[in-house]
Amino acid sequence: MSSTTTVSTTTTQVGSSLRRSDARAKLRGDAEFVGDMRVPDMLHAKVLRSPVGHATISRIDTSLAEGLPGVVAVVTGADLDDLDPYFGHAIKDRPVLALDRVRFVGEPVAAVAAVDEATAAAAVNLIEVDYEPLPVLASLPAALDPEAVPIHEGPQRPGLFHGLGTLPDREGNVCYRYRIDRGQAEDIFASADVVVEGEYVFPAVYQYSMETHSVIASYDHRGVELWANCQHPFLVRAEVAALFDLPPSRVRIHVPYLGGGFGSKSYTKMEPIAVAMARKAGRPVKLINRVDESMVTTRRHGMQARMRTAASADGRLLAREVQLSLDTGAYADNGPRVTATAGDAAPGPYRWEAVEVDAECVYTNTGPAGSYRAFGATHLQWIGESQVDEVARRTGLDPVEIRRKNLLEPGEEVRPGGKPLDADLIGDVEKVAEAVGVGDPKGEYTGRGVSVGLLAAGAHPVSTAAVRMEATGEVSALVSSTEMGQGTRTVMAQIAAEILGIPAGEIAVEGADTAYSPYDRSTGASRSTTVAGLALMRAAQDLLDQLLETAAAHFDVGRELIEVGDGGLRYGSDVLSYPDVMVKRFGFVGGELVGRGEVRPEGTGSYAEGPVFWEVCVAGVEVSVDPGTGEVRITKSASVADVGRAINPQLVERQDEGGTLQGLGNALFEEMIFFEDGLPGNDTLLEYRVPTTEDLPEQLTCVIVENADGPGPFGSKGCGEGVLAAIPAAVTNALADAGIHINELPATPERVWRALHASKPTDTSTEETA
Amino acid sequence: MPENTTTRIEAEVNGAPISAEVEASTLLLDFLREELLLTGAKRSCEVQVCGSCTVLVDGGPVSSCCYLAADIDGRSVVTIEGVRDEPGFEPYERAFIDHAAVQCGFCIPGMILTTKSLADEGELPRDEEGLRDALSGNVCRCTGYRAIIDAVGDIAKAVQR
Repeated sequence: MSSTTTVSTTTTQVGSSLRRSDARAKLRGDAEFVGDMRVPDMLHAKVLRSPVGHATISRIDTSLAEGLPGVVAVVTGADLDDLDPYFGHAIKDRPVLALDRVRFVGEPVAAVAAVDEATAAAAVNLIEVDYEPLPVLASLPAALDPEAVPIHEGPQRPGLFHGLGTLPDREGNVCYRYRIDRGQAEDIFASADVVVEGEYVFPAVYQYSMETHSVIASYDHRGVELWANCQHPFLVRAEVAALFDLPPSRVRIHVPYLGGGFGSKSYTKMEPIAVAMARKAGRPVKLINRVDESMVTTRRHGMQARMRTAASADGRLLAREVQLSLDTGAYADNGPRVTATAGDAAPGPYRWEAVEVDAECVYTNTGPAGSYRAFGATHLQWIGESQVDEVARRTGLDPVEIRRKNLLEPGEEVRPGGKPLDADLIGDVEKVAEAVGVGDPKGEYTGRGVSVGLLAAGAHPVSTAAVRMEATGEVSALVSSTEMGQGTRTVMAQIAAEILGIPAGEIAVEGADTAYSPYDRSTGASRSTTVAGLALMRAAQDLLDQLLETAAAHFDVGRELIEVGDGGLRYGSDVLSYPDVMVKRFGFVGGELVGRGEVRPEGTGSYAEGPVFWEVCVAGVEVSVDPGTGEVRITKSASVADVGRAINPQLVERQDEGGTLQGLGNALFEEMIFFEDGLPGNDTLLEYRVPTTEDLPEQLTCVIVENADGPGPFGSKGCGEGVLAAIPAAVTNALADAGIHINELPATPERVWRALHASKPTDTSTEETA
Repeated sequence: MPENTTTRIEAEVNGAPISAEVEASTLLLDFLREELLLTGAKRSCEVQVCGSCTVLVDGGPVSSCCYLAADIDGRSVVTIEGVRDEPGFEPYERAFIDHAAVQCGFCIPGMILTTKSLADEGELPRDEEGLRDALSGNVCRCTGYRAIIDAVGDIAKAVQR
């Protein structure tokens, strides 16, 4: 990266596991989340949600609710008739509140703003709605039936940020299709020595950020002001502005700490309903989802897929063919992008003679599906890597050998026209294989597996940032990345501190305020350190340039002779502290300097070709299965954080550890259930189980790989999602190594027991070969 | 608000006496957060699974999302706000910070109060299995638990003889 070559590789702030700047405030309960905030004159909101999966609305009567003392406003779709009330960043398919039709159980139909939550809840129960039932299509097979009613009608309208070229027409309930067609797959399958074939089912999963979707909205003569736990404040600002017909500058969004995100708070969610209420009530409104409401606000896509892989007798991968359907629920949300990402992940990071992918994004009458950590990649890495291991078994190779033989090497093309591979995947696989003991002797009902994949990371690379120095020498980093647990404020401080030669702890970093903090496209796609971090690094360099200008005049030497250090600028043994530089510049204790930095798709290389970088998705797992119950214990897990340069190694490890547990939940027990009538079957944490301390692997290893091959600051590239993409495949490959073949996740004890006893019909004590 | 029955409670919250009129149906979590503005206890699952609303009542951990405010009458309630400035809090703070066991932080006040209730009784385990068991009623979606267990293990050594 040319822009980082001026920086010395010897660092003091970067590369050090500095303690998080926000940990103390959070553990003491001082850190404010949206739910902890209150603004003057604030009302509380409750939402009336559809009890049916698919219906037309023939009547809504809000008069009783409006008459309840303490109710200030009841809002329905009819209150939005002066607007185009549809939103959706990919496809503009979603009304803020149901208009004439509901499409899933839980769809917002009306909302009440009242003096307190109990009053709002009581008023919601007084709203009368008549529904005329329509056929409910609560699963992929139901929605894909040729006779199925269309869940959406009329022309398909592109959203503000669909980023998918020309949006195709809807085909039945398929809202988006993504295809890859390279080489002559049919011919290869007809003549290949080995063909592995399978059908797979991947469950819908709930992100469960512990803090649910929360927003406070006000609407007055100045416009809209929001306090929202959104990951992408500038994209939400644009959508809210478009919905309410305001210029974006009149929508101001404050983003405090987020209680987890994992993709569930990406793009626009509950903000429009809160704004609609504030607009009608003329007072600020606070809206906090319950968990069951957040579960139908967004979730991970369920998938059904069929895949074939062809290989030569000596284990060379030749061709792959995939048809996959993703259940995006009643509204597209990020489904089209998830579908494209799944399609791109289908080949895996291998050399192929032919690849055919047909991926479709399908509407169903269930809660909308959007982003969840490593979206799309997780689904396809799971099935693709299952088939690679099956090829290995049939051709007598071990899991590492087959990958060594077929994996792309650094510099090779991953997808036509895109960024070439920027990581040493074979080295990464060898590390996890060693950590979990692939190839070591093992007992019965024990298995080990690895998996490897790539995730196109960075999203659209536009970030801007500023670094401000006050007359006192105090420094603040203005960067709009959302702190949702990953530690971005600490990492940003480290990056700026390294450039300015001061301790990271002296740099203040706050959350986004779209009125004053610079534009950042989004916090997701593992992009903050890499893209926003680079913008911030450039801003710090710009500030430093201004300081050097003043210091050079003071010392009366060329600026190249001045060094950064000792809390200021040094020429020989003379030191000018930063406050002194500021006084020299402004002639009194006052004034301020602001450095600016930006990243945009320009020139050649990572930021123009896309993706910004390939996030490495590598993990290994050792399982131990109880043959009596089918229960799977994870005895070892290992991941590789191939991050180029770890700005804060401890925070990198935490990303991988947390992603590992989420991956294990996804692989072993997490699954959202929707009944045929569209009712959620497990919408509480009692029934929807997430990992607890009891699920922690006995041995958990995170190997940090630092090859300085990233396009971010100091050679860094992002992490945190790859491990989640890799774990489900590693788990099922380990199970297959123990003789248990799973084609449907989660690998519950029942499924494992059935698979185990299907493969061993007579005698469970039969000896397994190691 | 529809008619409801209220009841008067006299209790001690974070060492200070309080007296209040509460609806019979008011949850302790709402009473703490909305009436007393003690927002360190967080609302999440609402079914006593996640532990993010954990507070101590007469020294023992309860899920304040499923505990009536009326039932604190005559009792002592401690929230994170009541322990964070105590002299004995430093080892808790240090352990969680040093292990980077705080990510989004939403679950941490609950984790700390669960830990503290055991430590105060001298019952905080020091072994891996015991620690996992002790913390199994507090969900964290960010960290993957390794760092939290290590932090609480350090606390067990530091605060218990």
